[in-house]
Amino acid sequence: MGDKLSLRAGVIILAALLGLAALAPLIAPHSPTEQNLEQDLLPSSGEHLLGTDKLGRDILSRILYGARVSALVGTSTVALSVLIGITIGSLSGYFGGWLDHLLMRVVDILMAFPGILLAIAFTAVLGPGLDHVILALCLIGWTGYARLVRAEILAIREREFIQAARALGGSPGRVIFVHMLPNLLPALLIQATFGVAAAIIAEGSLSFLGLGAEPPTPSWGSMLNEGRQFLLVAPHLTTFPGLAIMLTVLGLNLVGDGLRDRLEKRGK
Amino acid sequence: MKRYLLQRLLLFFPTLLGSLTLVFFLVHLIPGDPVEVMLGETVSSADKEGLRRAMGLDLPIGTQYLRFLRALAQGDLGRSLYQQGGVAELIFSRFPATIELTLSAMGVALLIAFPLGVLAAVKKNRWADRGALVFSLLGLAMPNFWLGPLLMIVFSIGLGWLPVAGRGGPQHLILPSFTLGMVMASVLTRMIRSSLLEAINEDYIRTARAKGVSEWKIWLKHALRNSLLPVITILGLQFGALLAGSIITETIFAWPGIGRLTIQAIQTRDYPLVQGCILVISTSYLVVNLFTDVLYRLVDPRVSYGG
Repeated sequence: MGDKLSLRAGVIILAALLGLAALAPLIAPHSPTEQNLEQDLLPSSGEHLLGTDKLGRDILSRILYGARVSALVGTSTVALSVLIGITIGSLSGYFGGWLDHLLMRVVDILMAFPGILLAIAFTAVLGPGLDHVILALCLIGWTGYARLVRAEILAIREREFIQAARALGGSPGRVIFVHMLPNLLPALLIQATFGVAAAIIAEGSLSFLGLGAEPPTPSWGSMLNEGRQFLLVAPHLTTFPGLAIMLTVLGLNLVGDGLRDRLEKRGK
Repeated sequence: MKRYLLQRLLLFFPTLLGSLTLVFFLVHLIPGDPVEVMLGETVSSADKEGLRRAMGLDLPIGTQYLRFLRALAQGDLGRSLYQQGGVAELIFSRFPATIELTLSAMGVALLIAFPLGVLAAVKKNRWADRGALVFSLLGLAMPNFWLGPLLMIVFSIGLGWLPVAGRGGPQHLILPSFTLGMVMASVLTRMIRSSLLEAINEDYIRTARAKGVSEWKIWLKHALRNSLLPVITILGLQFGALLAGSIITETIFAWPGIGRLTIQAIQTRDYPLVQGCILVISTSYLVVNLFTDVLYRLVDPRVSYGG
């Protein structure tokens, strides 16, 4: 697939999903948390397009509101991780020396962990809740950005325009933020796109294990967790929330792939 | 080579110590009192004090940490709070099941990725290539906590071909292996395709073609062999990811491995067992990565060993 096609397809999918998430209160046919025990586990119908769950809640409405949860977790995790990553990475790359050694060893140790395992351990200790999920995912999430920023800063540190900025008396903060970071933005943006996808899957995993969103928050992962008990009688509980996750991740990956191909072409 | 091995080992131990320390403090810095959480509020304060002393929780955190390291050096991971037996025993009785599942998932991934990756490269930009791309895009986007239940709905509940859950004969292994191996299959398919396409433009391929070597021999013998190295690296790195991913797959399929044990331990707040499980999984991950690194150096004759 050409990079343009991939990028376009991804942007269309994401724009549609974000639109649905933003308009959820207007377009959702029911409240995402309203229970109706007499109408539990219904299959698709005119009243409930995607059926109802074990508490009689409308699945379509829960999926629409669930998009907000995914968007919130995905973007806040990545924003926080990027912020920490930029700070640590630029300190490490700009100043070098023992500080660089120390910080990079910390990165090594954290990266030696399978990410999801540490997130599971962290949320198991702190208890469930979306704020804990975001913290847990940032705990390792920032390391990738720190490495990226450090490598890029090392690569441009000795270039003329940076030396000129320094010679003119620019403070480290000014040199890093005004002169160096704008050069890193494309690479950061690509990594952040994949990062949002990874965070959404990780939130789903944690919620699926009962360690993420707390009821009655409509998270796609916890919907899948609830659906697990009813695979035999109500498979639609499992089908639709999973489809939503897959579409979202697919859109993000397509955008990431497209942006990366574009950046690589420009570099040649 | 010796020097490289030594360097790699010298890096391995501080990292291991770092991750052990991280796990220890993570489990011990729980907000609130673990004893209170474990026993509930109805138990008398004397009983709580007793348990606290028995677990060594009344000692300063530094002393607890040193005790933990000393016990660990002797292979002692403590005792489970609810299950009979030591933590180490419990974990190692579950370990074979997890290894069986991860190896089998790796096998599934290779069985899918090799033919698909080669086909995609040979038929570049044709429908087979596009098909392989769509497969890997979908494989990466489908989380295993969705794929697993879907496969169950179709093959166990719908068609009745395969068992729903549990460990037994080879048929029990099929669905969990697919679920766990899918992401790896997608990553490998892309990897094999792109490294084959890179290799096929090399000079030695042109020489082989000029000598009249048949086309399939060129792809399979000359190009594929030289694109195996990056595949080995990915296999090693992904094997660790498989170990971690097995937590979810084992939970879905009630597979009696260490991943399911971890989740059970978390649900019962069996902290020594949680700590032990995380330690063992993360240490295995570190060791596998170490072996991959060393193997890579051994296999690739082009890599210089320094010194």
